[in-house]
Amino acid sequence: MNAFLKTDLSAALPLISAQGVTNLSRRRLLGLGAGAFVLGTLLPALRAEAQNAVSVKPGTRVPAFLVIGKDNTVKLLSPFVEGGQGINTGLAQIVGEELDVHPSRFEVECAPPGPDYAIINGLRLTGGSFSTRSSYEVMRKLGASAREMLIRAAAARLNVKPEALTTEDGQVVHAASSRRLAYGELAEQALALTPAENVPLRDPATFRYIRQPMARLDVRAKSTGKAVYAIDQKVEGMLYAAVQHAPVLGTEPQGISNEATVKAMPGVDAVHRLPGAVAVTADSWYRARKAVETLEVAWSKAPASGFEAVAADYSSSGLLAALKASDASGVSAEKDGDVAAAFAGAATIVDAEYDAPYLAHGQLEPPSSMARFNADGSLELWVPNQMPELFQGIAAKVAGLTPDKVILHSPMLGGFFGRHFAYGSSNPFQQAILLAKATQRPVKVLWSREEEFKMDALRPLSFSRFKAALDKDGRPTAIQVRTVGEGPMGRWFGVTAGSKVDSSAVEGIVEKPYAIPNRSMEYARFAHPVTIAFWRSVGHSMNDYFYEGFLDEIADAGKQDPYQLRLALLKDRPRHLKLLETVAKMSGGWKRGPYEADGGKRARGVALASPFGSETATIAEVSLEKSEVRVHHLWIAFDPGSIVNPAIVKSQVESAAALGLSAALFEELVYKDGVRQSHNFDDYPILSRSAMPKVAVEIVESGAPMGGVGEPGLPGIAPAVVNAVAALTGRHVRSLPLAKAKLGV
Amino acid sequence: MTKIHVNGRDYDVAAEADTPLLWVLRDTLGLTGTKYGCGIAQCGACTVMIDGQATRSCQVPLDSIGSADIRTIDAIEQDGIGRKVVEAWVADQVPQCGYCQSGQVMAATALLKQNPKPSDADIADAMTNLCRCGTYNRIAAAIRRAAQA
Repeated sequence: MNAFLKTDLSAALPLISAQGVTNLSRRRLLGLGAGAFVLGTLLPALRAEAQNAVSVKPGTRVPAFLVIGKDNTVKLLSPFVEGGQGINTGLAQIVGEELDVHPSRFEVECAPPGPDYAIINGLRLTGGSFSTRSSYEVMRKLGASAREMLIRAAAARLNVKPEALTTEDGQVVHAASSRRLAYGELAEQALALTPAENVPLRDPATFRYIRQPMARLDVRAKSTGKAVYAIDQKVEGMLYAAVQHAPVLGTEPQGISNEATVKAMPGVDAVHRLPGAVAVTADSWYRARKAVETLEVAWSKAPASGFEAVAADYSSSGLLAALKASDASGVSAEKDGDVAAAFAGAATIVDAEYDAPYLAHGQLEPPSSMARFNADGSLELWVPNQMPELFQGIAAKVAGLTPDKVILHSPMLGGFFGRHFAYGSSNPFQQAILLAKATQRPVKVLWSREEEFKMDALRPLSFSRFKAALDKDGRPTAIQVRTVGEGPMGRWFGVTAGSKVDSSAVEGIVEKPYAIPNRSMEYARFAHPVTIAFWRSVGHSMNDYFYEGFLDEIADAGKQDPYQLRLALLKDRPRHLKLLETVAKMSGGWKRGPYEADGGKRARGVALASPFGSETATIAEVSLEKSEVRVHHLWIAFDPGSIVNPAIVKSQVESAAALGLSAALFEELVYKDGVRQSHNFDDYPILSRSAMPKVAVEIVESGAPMGGVGEPGLPGIAPAVVNAVAALTGRHVRSLPLAKAKLGV
Repeated sequence: MTKIHVNGRDYDVAAEADTPLLWVLRDTLGLTGTKYGCGIAQCGACTVMIDGQATRSCQVPLDSIGSADIRTIDAIEQDGIGRKVVEAWVADQVPQCGYCQSGQVMAATALLKQNPKPSDADIADAMTNLCRCGTYNRIAAAIRRAAQA
């Protein structure tokens, strides 16, 4: 998703002519199912709207961001949504530093839709590990502007020159006369002033809050059950709705044989037919769920695979075979040197095929949405989302309103990891709107965990073929990679139209720091019928595993130690060398093993990754218990350039490491006969405490431009673990998860 | 009507006998601190204490409760050990998205009520709730901290 910064999204086109996509019925294009169609047409409009709206320059209008109460409370309206990454606290630190208010006194909430908040290249989104790095300067300036306005208002009030005034944690101080005015007393006049141009920012050497490990603002509420998520929302007169989706994506309800019986069940309000689903509204969610699951529904015959339609014989193993067999011509994602000559002169050639499965997000809060049509004709929505203006636009289309009539609330997210972008039928808010319209009552739709496993948009199943040339000393002279598949950038933002490369399909394979002079990476698009998604660290989540796993195969083929080989290939890359040496030191010095420890055999693997503008180096220590991989320790050296809150940075890296390990060891969502084979956490195991290793994180601030924090800890985990397993067993595992590899000692 | 006893108060509940306690708490009593995660006792987000035992409320039908004493996260700070657990959670900055933490705090409180000085193995045995943010190590550290408080 780095591509958000690089890509001109105004070029986004409806993805109708995508290769491999057939059977686009008129209903699919015009109906609710056409998520990408809506997205593709809305995005350029969104950006234009943000650019033109009463010539608002995003991130500059102080009253759009700050509400300072008479009681001196400070509310910050954030462009971002909090979902565990700690952005609310980070923003309070950044704004508080310049405004001169202690961050602990901030209340932060996600702002409503509006052009003021389109601060990421004319767009607004929470994702791509962009929030802090994209808003750092903007938010500092905003805080400094607000402080300058408060000083000007105080100067007028006290009849002194602004230069005679200073501030002190929420107060303007006139030292000469020992007079003080609290911000709350000044706010009304101050915020009505025109912001000054070029207000000077604080000297970073005097920072009191930025770079400090300050406590998160939301921790007490989250430790006492008081944090309010979408699932907890409630309004007067509300009905609860539960849904049963079609077993095969793209089929429709045709008949219900027991509708009268279900209507008579306790608390049931009505039975509804929705696109690709049936629903029941009732006076409690449990009653609605019981009723909807009692419905006996005849579904239409599955169409051929197409956009938002999965054929009755579709399988993930079949898709992988098709990706491997594809001879579709690709486009170049990276090219340098003379690859053919290097292979012709090679002493050794190594090749391997790597793949990774579909993954569910598994955020612990199941999706829900609440909709209410107000008496004034507006539609009010409470929707988990990572892109408010986009959701507002889609909601307006579904409701037949103009976007300004849609009031969108963006509650705190009970985990997201990419789950809450707009993914067509994988979001529940369209259902809430239709049901509120049908019942003339406010409706809260909640998907059961089983429905979520049916409808979640997935990290795409992925495949790449690698080939390397080695010289007589075992050094790689050329690397060639063919990636076949589809990424979420291409699917949802249309960036693969024409000859462009889908960054989310190849990130982690291209732009590596290693000095391998001859390189040829190609990408061939192959569309999935499955609804695919952004998933924490996106393309890096599998591609860094592929590349770094293969690099250890190169090392073994060339009889080199994998750590020493990386040192050699990075000799002109001081930033990477420093990280590699840091992680080795953290782990007590590099040793690959196998070696004896605690009565068993262990080994270590190392991996680097360069995700989202940050750099990571990871070492994993593993053993085998029976035939299962046990990870004992992860050491991660992390360089995001510069930071705002070291405590939150460490938490995020630990969290990303846990999710990366979960995917490496256990996770796989399998399709068979057109149907997903996992239904809940009993048949889709995720990392539990019993598999959690010790995790050590060290932050290295190289001073490079600020990179992302939420996702970058993830991509290095799988390759470090797999490389450790190779050191232990001699076998390089080329397909995840490790749980399905038959590893004998 | 079924009478249940939650956080020191009596409630009369009009719901079917098989309604899970989780949904009685959330939808009937409006106590939304207790979370729904999976509905099949895999994740533990719905953990409450019933007569001091950590229990997954999605698996407790209304008609099985009788006169049992139910304690939920909403009243955690009225409990002496619960307060210590919350303070430790804050000190160790445990939550990230926070969605599972109601259940984690309840499970930790129940553990410390029965076993004031748990070993690492005791913590591992008792704390089986899932956390998608992977806060497991901080949870264990916070329990050790609360045990010493």
